[in-house]
Amino acid sequence: MIEVKGLYKSFEDKEVLKNIDATFEAGKTNLIIGQSGSGKTVLMKCIVGLLVPTAGELLYDGRNFLKMSKKERKLLRREMGMIFQSAALFDSMTVLENVMFPLRMFSDSSEKEMYRQALKCLDRVNLSDAGQKMPDEISGGMQKRVAIARAISLNPQYLFCDEPNSGLDPKTSLIIDRLIQDITKEYNITTIINTHDMNSVMAIGEQIIFVHEGTKGWEGTNKEIMKSNCQPLNDFVFASDLFKKVREVATEDIK
Amino acid sequence: MHYNIHNNMIKALDSFGKYLLLMYRVFARPERFRRYFVQYVREMFQLGFKSIAIVLLISVFIGAVITIQIKLNIESPWMPKWTVGYVTREILILEFSSSIMCLILAGKVGSNIASELGTMRVTQQIDALEIMGVNSASYLILPKIAALITVIPALVIFSFSAGVFGAYCVSWFTDTIVTSHLQLGMQYWFQEWYVWCAIIKSVFFAFIISSVSAYFGYTVEGGSIAVGKASTNAVVSCSALILFADLILTKILMG
Ligand SMILES: Nc1ncnc2c1ncn2[C@@H]1O[C@H](COP(=O)(O)OP(=O)(O)O)[C@@H](O)[C@H]1O
Ligand SMILES: [Mg+2]
Repeated sequence: MIEVKGLYKSFEDKEVLKNIDATFEAGKTNLIIGQSGSGKTVLMKCIVGLLVPTAGELLYDGRNFLKMSKKERKLLRREMGMIFQSAALFDSMTVLENVMFPLRMFSDSSEKEMYRQALKCLDRVNLSDAGQKMPDEISGGMQKRVAIARAISLNPQYLFCDEPNSGLDPKTSLIIDRLIQDITKEYNITTIINTHDMNSVMAIGEQIIFVHEGTKGWEGTNKEIMKSNCQPLNDFVFASDLFKKVREVATEDIK
Repeated sequence: MHYNIHNNMIKALDSFGKYLLLMYRVFARPERFRRYFVQYVREMFQLGFKSIAIVLLISVFIGAVITIQIKLNIESPWMPKWTVGYVTREILILEFSSSIMCLILAGKVGSNIASELGTMRVTQQIDALEIMGVNSASYLILPKIAALITVIPALVIFSFSAGVFGAYCVSWFTDTIVTSHLQLGMQYWFQEWYVWCAIIKSVFFAFIISSVSAYFGYTVEGGSIAVGKASTNAVVSCSALILFADLILTKILMG
C-alpha cells in the first residue's frame, strides 16, 4: 500500500500539484487519470522519487519515503518496477539482456539462475522467442511487454506504469492492460497506472484518482465514474462521442 | 553589454558547479565491479578501437606534410642536415600527436558520448536506471572516463609512430629528402621526458573529453534538438578546455 499525504510540487514559480491525498492498495490496479498536462507524470515521478515534492508525505507500507536514508531508499528501489511512456529499453542490449539487467545489477544468483528467471519473465509476457532481438527490431506493443518483463524480473512489491498504452492500437492496449492487471493480482503488487485512455479506465479501473489542474478532482471506481456529478470529470469522461452515446443509451434504459 | 557578460559568467559558474556535483556522483564507489568492468571493456572498444583508423590516416598525412614543409621552408645550406628530421619529430611529439590529436578526438569521441547519453536521457533510459536503484551517473560515465584515460595515451603514441612513418614515406617515395638525413634528425638529441610529457598531457585531455562531454549529454532536457545542441556544446567546450589546459600543462611540464 502506498499513501500520499498533502503532496505539493512546484517548478520555480509554477505550482503543478496542489494538496494531493491518495491511497493506493496492494493487489489492485490503481489508476491516475486526467487530461494531458494535468500533472499525472509529475505526480508519479514524485511518488517514485525521480522528483522531490515541495511538501507532503509518502508512505510505502508505512515506511516514510522522503525521510529515509540514502541506503534505505536504495533498498526500497529494488522493490519497485516502472514502465515508462517510451518503454525506455536499453537500446544497446538485446531483449533478454534488458530483462536480465536488474538481476545482474542486484541479485546474487548464478548466471544460469538469472537466465532462467529472465526467460520466465519473458514467457510471462508471451515473448519467449524474442530474447535475442534488439529493442528497435520489435513493435511498440512488444517493447512495452519487454518493459513489463524487465520491471517484474526482481519480483517487485510496487509497479508504476506511465501511460503504458500510449501509441498502441486499442487491441494491443487491452492486452497490455490485462497483462498488468493479471500480474498485479498474481503477485499482490501495489500497481499505479497513469492513463488518459477511457478504454483502460473502464477495463481495469479498480480504484481511480482523477487529477484536474493539479488537484484531486474525484476518487472512485470504474463502476461509479459514469454516475459522478463532478463537472470536470464528466467533461473528461464524455469528451468522446462514443462515451456520450453510451450515456444516452444508459439513461434511455432507465426511462 | 555589461549585464550580458555578468549573466554569462553566472551561467558558466552555475554549469561548473553542476559539473562538480555530477563528478561527485560519478566517483562513488561502484557496487557491482564486474558490471563496470564489462562496460569498461565495451567503451574501450567503442571509443578507442574505433578511432584507430582516423588517427592513423590523419597522423601519416600530417607527418608527411610537416616533413615536406620544413624541408622546403626552413632548410638552407648553412643549416645542419639533421634539421628536418629533428623538427618534425619535436612537432609531432610535443604538439601534434599529444594536443592536436586530442582536439580531433574531442570532435569524434566527445560528440559520440554527448549524443549517446543525451539520447538515453530523453528516451528515459537514465530514469529507468535510477528507478532500479542504479547510480546512473557512475554506471554510465565512470567506465567512459576510465576507458578514455587508458586508450587515449596509447592512441597518442600510436599517432606519433604513424606520423614518423609518414615522414619516412616522404623520404622513400619522393626525392625531397634523403632517408639517412631524416633518420639522423629523428635520432638527434632524443629526450625521453618529451614522450612522458605527451602521455601526461593526453591523460588530462582524456579526462576533459570524457567528463565534459558526459556532463553535456547527461544533463540534456527536452528532445532530439536538445541532444544535437548538447553534442555541439560538448565539442566546443572540450576543445576550448583542451587548448587552455595545453597552455598550462606545457608551461608546467616544460618549465
Ligand atoms: N521539469 C519541469 N519543469 C517545469 N514544468 C514542468 C516540468 N515537468 C512538467 N512540468 C509541467 O507540469 C505540468 C504537468 O505535466 P505532466 O505531469 O507531464 O502532465 P501529464 O498529466 O500529461 O503527464 C505541465 O504543465 C508541464 O508543463
Ligand atoms: Mg504524462
